[in-house]
Amino acid sequence: MPFLNSFGHWLPERVVTNAEMSAALGCEPDWIRSVSGIEERRFAGEDDTVASMGAKAARNCLNAAGVEPGEVDYLICSSGSAERRFPGPGFEISHALGCAEIPVLDLPLASAGALVALDLARDLVRRYKRILVVASEKMSAVAMMEPVERGISMLFGDGAGACLVSEEPGPLEVVDSLIAADGKFANDLALPFGAPLSMNGRSVILQASRKVPRSIEELLDRNDLKPADVASYVMHQANLNLIAKVASALGVESERFFANIARYGNTSSASLLIAASEWLPASSIRKHEHAVFTVFGAGFQWGSMLLRGA
Amino acid sequence: MTERQQKILSLINKVTKKNETPALEESLFESGYLDSFALPDLVAELEDAFAIQIPDSDLNPRKFDSIERIESYLDQRG
Repeated sequence: MPFLNSFGHWLPERVVTNAEMSAALGCEPDWIRSVSGIEERRFAGEDDTVASMGAKAARNCLNAAGVEPGEVDYLICSSGSAERRFPGPGFEISHALGCAEIPVLDLPLASAGALVALDLARDLVRRYKRILVVASEKMSAVAMMEPVERGISMLFGDGAGACLVSEEPGPLEVVDSLIAADGKFANDLALPFGAPLSMNGRSVILQASRKVPRSIEELLDRNDLKPADVASYVMHQANLNLIAKVASALGVESERFFANIARYGNTSSASLLIAASEWLPASSIRKHEHAVFTVFGAGFQWGSMLLRGA
Repeated sequence: MTERQQKILSLINKVTKKNETPALEESLFESGYLDSFALPDLVAELEDAFAIQIPDSDLNPRKFDSIERIESYLDQRG
């Protein structure tokens, strides 16, 4: 049975408040907060890359597990904001950590990427012992590209998260997971080469507000659980209003959904692992209690993972 | 305004918690009647009120951007 052994994250020091963002975008700070729940986000420095941020998060994750980089057997890296077509940032992360000559798999999946990686790792642990999942995003580089669109640019921040997956007992046992996608909406959220991020926000919210609750309910139903049976939910931090809408659709209190989007904005695929890294020590999840990770993002692709305190 | 248009308007006002009467062809988004987070609620209300299941593949926001367009979509559904 696979376990999530540890999490780690890394965030740039530079805090960009709504006041600073609104001055740059020509809007009101309160508007940003009311439509997204975001109060500030972090922006990486010029020298920070997707790989360098990912390596820092990965080191924190491995330190938390007491595992040396040389003991990692496979590395998966998710990023929708990598600086080049190939090779992906996973290779530089593996090198920076000092991993052995292990396989590296880069997933250019944006928001849903971390959960897709965990879903893969859940099966890969049968063949490879320890899988290191990293998700790292430098969204400021693409979200602030001219011509800026305030409804998009104000959402994003930079950061990285990581998770170690293995069959060695850890704090969270992976019970089940499901991933789905519908390419009909591929153009509704996209980052073309050399152009700003494009997003049909209404389509994203409309689809996510229906697909995410359904994904969770399907996963819980096949495990004979109800939404109220789940102690904690950790969702991709896209928008606080969307998180509240999903909680409402499931009939559970918003307080069961961990949220740190107010401080970091939407860090795309990194957000799930940054949130999980902050949630786990704060949650005091007990043995046999259930938690659900859930995501929605470009593609569209969405999915959920059922976990149990171990 | 026909009875069906009145019914659509009442659903719009229910989810937006407003009591206004946009013109039939007026964009509900551009005029600020409807925002991204009220749209899923409007779709759910339309499904209930007209006893239809709207597949996700039909959920292009433009189809629900005015009373006229909503009515046109309902016509297509028969």
